[in-house]
Amino acid sequence: MSRPPIFWALALLLGLFVVFLYGPIATIVVLSFQGPEGGLVFPMNGVSLHWFAQLFQPQSVGDIWGSFDRSLGLGLVVMVCTVLFSFLAGLAFRRRFKGSTTLLYLAVASLVMPSVVVSLGIGALFEMLGVERAWYSSALGAHLTWTLPFGLLIMFAVFNRFNPAYEEAARDQGASGWQTVRHVVVPLILPSLVGVALFGFTLSYDEIARTSQSVGALNTLPLELEAMQTNATTPVIYALGTMTTALSLVVIGTSLIAVLLVRRRRARYGSDAGQAV
Amino acid sequence: MQPLMNRLSKLSPYLEALPLSAVFLAFFAVPIVLVVVVSFFDYETYQLLIPAFTLENYREVFSEPVTYQTYLITIEFCALTWAITAMLGFLIAYFLAFQVRSKTTQMVLLLACSIPFWTSIVIRMIAWIPLLGRNGLVNRLLIEIGLVNAPQEWLLYSGFAVVLGYVHLYTLTMIVPIFNSMVRIDRSLIEAAVDAGAGTWQVITTVILPLSKTGIAIGSIFVIAMVMGDFVTVDVLGGGQVASVGKQIATQLSYLQFPPAAANAMVLLVAVIVMIALLMRAVDIRKEL
Repeated sequence: MSRPPIFWALALLLGLFVVFLYGPIATIVVLSFQGPEGGLVFPMNGVSLHWFAQLFQPQSVGDIWGSFDRSLGLGLVVMVCTVLFSFLAGLAFRRRFKGSTTLLYLAVASLVMPSVVVSLGIGALFEMLGVERAWYSSALGAHLTWTLPFGLLIMFAVFNRFNPAYEEAARDQGASGWQTVRHVVVPLILPSLVGVALFGFTLSYDEIARTSQSVGALNTLPLELEAMQTNATTPVIYALGTMTTALSLVVIGTSLIAVLLVRRRRARYGSDAGQAV
Repeated sequence: MQPLMNRLSKLSPYLEALPLSAVFLAFFAVPIVLVVVVSFFDYETYQLLIPAFTLENYREVFSEPVTYQTYLITIEFCALTWAITAMLGFLIAYFLAFQVRSKTTQMVLLLACSIPFWTSIVIRMIAWIPLLGRNGLVNRLLIEIGLVNAPQEWLLYSGFAVVLGYVHLYTLTMIVPIFNSMVRIDRSLIEAAVDAGAGTWQVITTVILPLSKTGIAIGSIFVIAMVMGDFVTVDVLGGGQVASVGKQIATQLSYLQFPPAAANAMVLLVAVIVMIALLMRAVDIRKEL
């Protein structure tokens, strides 16, 4: 059966959209390999790793590695909290409890609330308490208001499709509550937990809007980048952009490979229960 | 022992939901209430927050002509971005859900569209600068092919650049929920429409479009919330030339003027809630959750 013309028209549209999506990033990746004499725009003035080397020199403006460390640390803490808190809440939501509807609405509201309002509120809260804002306190909270709704909604999707018969079987064989969770539930939903971890880390590592008013004096990397681009005069900023994008891609790639490996392992070692005719 | 265990098991959902609830309470509910409270506060240069009940901040917001200008611009950005992302999102989701036949190809293409979502927003914005700038690639190309004879200034640091940035960042937030609605559509409905003599275009407008309304609404809520409150894209791609409501609030905050910023934020919040409520009236989202 041949494809209708609308197929080709839309395939072209999607192709153009993908170019539109990746084109700009590709541009700065290419420009980050500018020669030592090269500028912020094309043409390329030779090809070199000069600007990547410059990243490791002391900078006249900006604190690249300090902000990088903070972003990385914050991303990891947010990732762990997001996985743990969403998983626990996901378990809770499988049963009825008072306030569950309110909690769900809070989560959804937190997801769609304009970031500048959340950021302002957290800033005002710390100002009133007289506590210095910092990445490990106010900004951590701000990031969690952004990552936890994603985590919770993913957990809903997971537990909606989860077959409780597995847990009943474990309990029938004498497993305690903890053993059931540890040896039955967690292994079964592991790919989704990896997904939540991916959301938790990358959304935090790249977050800027909710961070801006809540981070205090020491910036995270996205904020440092935003500040640097205003008076960028050399392709150092592109080298930094290439590096941080590469890190994001490594995290995404690792998560995807982890999910694929778990699936493959299951296909190989999984039981044949339910497969018989 | 048994009654104790029973009581513990009744308590367990509360314990399990505790960390999540605590975070939302401390870092979302309380701060939002504070924004409301602070919007009535007084302030001075050296004292940021003076407890009071004054409507002065609101009076200021509504009496400044600049407020109406920024709201007008912000709503214009929002409407343009919404129209473009909804159109693109619908067409791409339709292509993925109904025209691509293999599940693997579907997933690979959807993943290709999603990967940038997990990378840095700031980098994705900065990346437009060497393309759209005065000496950027686009201007060079336009001059090369003789379409224009001088670099076009409106390409960067303009409303155009801001909307382009939004479309670049937020089209995915339309594609995913619309795609999600579309894969749930019963295929026999489409067969029935085709059997009844509907062409491709009629199938799209009379069957698929009404049945993907929920997805469009969810995507729209995200786009509206992000564009209405945005200040980062406006800052990077609008330069100093463009002011939005979010940018105005961020500027006030950079001078630590909490009360006027809070009043401004409350007005913004009401505007966003009204827009979302209107959407919800048109489409019942809860049905799908």
